[in-house]
Amino acid sequence: MIETRGLRKSFRSRAGRETKTVDAVRGVNLEVAEGEIFGFLGPNGAGKTTTLRMLATLIEPDGGEATIAGADLRKDPAGVRRRIGYVPQGGSTWDESTAREELVLQARLYGIGKAEAHRRATRALDAFQLSEYADRKCKTYSGGQRRRVEIALGIIHEPKIVFLDEPTTGLDPQSRAHMWDEIRRLRAEGMTVFITTHYLDEADALCDRIAIMDHGEVVAEGTPAELKREISGEVVLVGLDAAATPRAAELLDTEAYVTKLETADEGGLRLYVDEGATAIPQVLRRLDGDGLDLRSIELHRPSLDDVFLTKTGRSLRES
Amino acid sequence: MKLARDTWLIFQRQIQLLLRNPVWVFVGVFQPVMYLLLFAPLLKPALNAPTQAAAYKIFVPGLLVLLAIFGGLFQGFGLIAELRAGVIERSRVTPVSRLALLLGRSLRDVISLIAQAVIITLLALLFDLRVFIGYLLLAYLMLALIALMTSAVSYGVALKVKSEDALAPLMNTVAQPVLLLSGILLPLTFAPGWLQGVAKWNPFSWAVDGTRALFAGDLSNDRVWQGLSIIAVLAVAGVVWAARQFARSVR
Repeated sequence: MIETRGLRKSFRSRAGRETKTVDAVRGVNLEVAEGEIFGFLGPNGAGKTTTLRMLATLIEPDGGEATIAGADLRKDPAGVRRRIGYVPQGGSTWDESTAREELVLQARLYGIGKAEAHRRATRALDAFQLSEYADRKCKTYSGGQRRRVEIALGIIHEPKIVFLDEPTTGLDPQSRAHMWDEIRRLRAEGMTVFITTHYLDEADALCDRIAIMDHGEVVAEGTPAELKREISGEVVLVGLDAAATPRAAELLDTEAYVTKLETADEGGLRLYVDEGATAIPQVLRRLDGDGLDLRSIELHRPSLDDVFLTKTGRSLRES
Repeated sequence: MKLARDTWLIFQRQIQLLLRNPVWVFVGVFQPVMYLLLFAPLLKPALNAPTQAAAYKIFVPGLLVLLAIFGGLFQGFGLIAELRAGVIERSRVTPVSRLALLLGRSLRDVISLIAQAVIITLLALLFDLRVFIGYLLLAYLMLALIALMTSAVSYGVALKVKSEDALAPLMNTVAQPVLLLSGILLPLTFAPGWLQGVAKWNPFSWAVDGTRALFAGDLSNDRVWQGLSIIAVLAVAGVVWAARQFARSVR
């Protein structure tokens, strides 16, 4: 559905007399399949929005190519515009207009006739549970309501692909969950959804596939499960008294299910295993059989943050 | 065809929003009326005009051109607010004509300016100003072209600077010499030679002269067609330039 090859963009910024060139996006290759929710995960300033804005024809790439729903980004931007919807990060509604007016206007800007535009607006208002406020001014809406209007605006022309830039940033947990449902509904209707996010849980729970972006480059790509599996498997943390640790290490090191064993800084052992759920009872039996006193046992499944940490050397939470 | 349809869509929306908040009519008319009531009475003795009506014939056209210049130049502020709300970006991802994004807005400015101009003209009628309707319509055409140009330029600059803080001083700096060098408040016939020489380079001074000639019923005055042509050319140039700003990246 989307294919990019070597997409690049740099910006020139001036500080005093010096002109600096910032490479915001340095050669992004992506493939997004039809009907999936594809997530772009990365810290702020990683180049996610810049890539999205290039794909949405809002800025021209410096280099590279992209095909979006069959239209060439460089040669046929107008064709791309007809096939995509774009929902920007910072909002797109006008305080003094009503949701219905905004929807009708947006539909008409896409070349849809007046009667059909009104029908679509009504349908979208129903689908996004906005009918009740449809004729009130946008400034009276809550954050979640307003975001739903914006998404409705982005898909009023029934595009094949919709780009959502940070769709849940600034929403309360309930509105966020609601928004996830809306996004899944779009997928169920056959749309391809491309979102950017800096929330790990969002990428994990919502996206079918993700690309992790850092410093303008894609550093990893795959399903959340694949990415997590790729890095380390799972870790069992075994809490022991310092005196008991060497003996426990000796015992467990020979076990077949332990791929790697480390002594943890805080005392105790870190066991790298393929599957923690089956490893834990075996560890318990082994140590218990030797009469070693176990203080605690903990299963640590790798998160996308661990993936990020492995690929970039720092945690997403810190950056 | 598509351009006309798109322009109409944008224009419709802008007019709708304008009418929803009719305070602008009051604000837009209040100042010029103050000029008319509190400043114009000084003009008869100052200009040595034979009657009050003659003084108004000189002053009212200047006042209207002033309105057109300033009304247009400060429209960029509204656009910056729209830019911030993401409305422009939302329009730019649709296949809507970029020229229409500009023309729809500028057209609203032209219409609201003409509405103001009509109110002022009607008030001036109470002070015995008399103008032939055909000439008056030509004068309105001049005003419309001026407003089209200044509002387009203002939108273009707004898209470039993207901040009210930069736009305000910029527009004031441009507007002030333009205002003083156009003989809007007092005709430049009183000016020393060098000042008249400088003013010749100000297109608005030609526009003011042309409009005054029209109010005076002097259609054969060369300044009429010269002023109209100069302003028309500049309006086209302004529109083309500003539409290109709409087509470019905005952020």
